[in-house]
Amino acid sequence: MAITVRTFEKLGDAASAVMSDRGARFLAGGTLVMRAINEGDVAITTIVRTSDPALTQIRTAGARIELGAGVTMAQILANRDLAFLHPAARIVGGPAVRNMATVGGNLFAHAPYGDFTAALLALGATVSVSGGYSASDTPLDEFLSARDRGGTRGLVASVTLARPAAPDAFRFRKVSRVKPKGIAVLSIAALLPVAGGRIAGARVAYNGLSPAPMRARGVERALEGRSLDEAGIAPAIAACAEGISPSDDAIASAWYRREILPVHLKRLLLGQA
Amino acid sequence: MSKTAVQFRHNGSDVAVFVDGGANLLMTLREGLGDTAPKYGCGQGTCGVCTVLIDGEPHLSCLTLAETVAGRSVETADGLKNGPDLHPLQDAFMDHFAAQCGFCTPGMLMAAKALLDRNPQPTREEVVEAISGNICRCTGYEPIINAILAAAGTRGARRA
Ligand SMILES: Cc1cc2nc3c(=O)[nH]c(=O)nc-3n(C[C@H](O)[C@H](O)[C@H](O)COP(=O)(O)OP(=O)(O)OC[C@H]3O[C@@H](n4cnc5c(N)ncnc54)[C@H](O)[C@@H]3O)c2cc1C
Ligand code: FES
Ligand code: FES
Repeated sequence: MAITVRTFEKLGDAASAVMSDRGARFLAGGTLVMRAINEGDVAITTIVRTSDPALTQIRTAGARIELGAGVTMAQILANRDLAFLHPAARIVGGPAVRNMATVGGNLFAHAPYGDFTAALLALGATVSVSGGYSASDTPLDEFLSARDRGGTRGLVASVTLARPAAPDAFRFRKVSRVKPKGIAVLSIAALLPVAGGRIAGARVAYNGLSPAPMRARGVERALEGRSLDEAGIAPAIAACAEGISPSDDAIASAWYRREILPVHLKRLLLGQA
Repeated sequence: MSKTAVQFRHNGSDVAVFVDGGANLLMTLREGLGDTAPKYGCGQGTCGVCTVLIDGEPHLSCLTLAETVAGRSVETADGLKNGPDLHPLQDAFMDHFAAQCGFCTPGMLMAAKALLDRNPQPTREEVVEAISGNICRCTGYEPIINAILAAAGTRGARRA
């Protein structure tokens, strides 16, 4: 069945079009939407696009970094100011996928996809929505909960995050079976601010261990005030499975995911390869 | 349902083609323009056999809405040759037995072209990364990697 394609100059108009038509789907890079169409998803009757240049802008000048929702993984990799995000952007698909896959689309990708979103979650990103219930910035944790309740309305305009204080304060690891590119068995992102040799205010996020990227709050609590050595991280490793609900899929069983999580969390925290 | 006219550059020539709403670029190239170089493998972005260059960068044509290439340049493996002369990558693929059934070859060539256009002297690791979105079920990849390095080697590849 042919689909109607509607292209708007302004994101706000595109948001109105999506909200007023149940069969409308916003198209960003299209790596998930076009896949659904190719598979014959009859629920999509209208594709909504926008040529709004604001959507593809990256702002790195101030203390906070703003990424337009239409910024691709390739754009992030081409930006030297965003070097701390490169490990998370580099592992999204192969080069062709990265030229298409956007930050905004990643926020709606379901597990095991959503690796970049896990990085944003650890970095404490907020989401700015156009046309939705809230005009102001929403913490990504809340946004993802709303997403899973089907409660996100409008279109994402941008995500905003603070640059980590030190280059080594943000760490990211994706575990996949196919190298160098493969779907995640799991991925882990950690913001590890250190004050006086001790962790202060860690944020740790997982992808692939629950329906949406999640905070590892048990790990965060256990890291507080500890040092990043074998003894210091032991309570965090013991708490690593708190709150996870991994699934069996073609990539790995839930059991396997649980088994390897402490191994990879330990390597990440100790800075091992 | 009405069709939409899409104009773009296809292997250096201006073309216009009518597309149905929701049509992907792969089917537009194959059925609308008769360019059967990009293949249909999975339609899901997984195999890379439909890889084309849009404004010089690799994209999966099966996941590209045809209308999004209006006014842009699309290159496929069909445009690599220059009259009777093959592209150095095509020569290298032949010389290194980098094609067996040949189904992955058009996508591999375009992924490799995107790499060499940007980075004429890639390392082996960079070649592996460049074709990481392209699946080959025949060759075991080694001959393909060697062919790409050899094509670059005519310009002096770094070994790493
Ligand atoms: C071969 C392949 C490999 C992949 N590998 C990975 C991987 O390793 N890691 C990973 O995380 N993902 C991966 N993906 C999934 C996907 O490519 C990424 O998650 C990508 O970031 C999705 O972005 P997109 O722009 O292509 O989304 P689209 O397909 O355009 O959109 C996806 C969904 O998000 C919605 N959406 C998009 N933008 C907005 C917005 N601004 N506001 C509101 N809704 C919006 C769309 O309506 C749609 O429902 C892969 C996909 C493929 C095909
Ligand atoms: S047909 Fe496009 S990636 Fe397989
Ligand atoms: S040569 Fe047969 S799939 Fe690559």
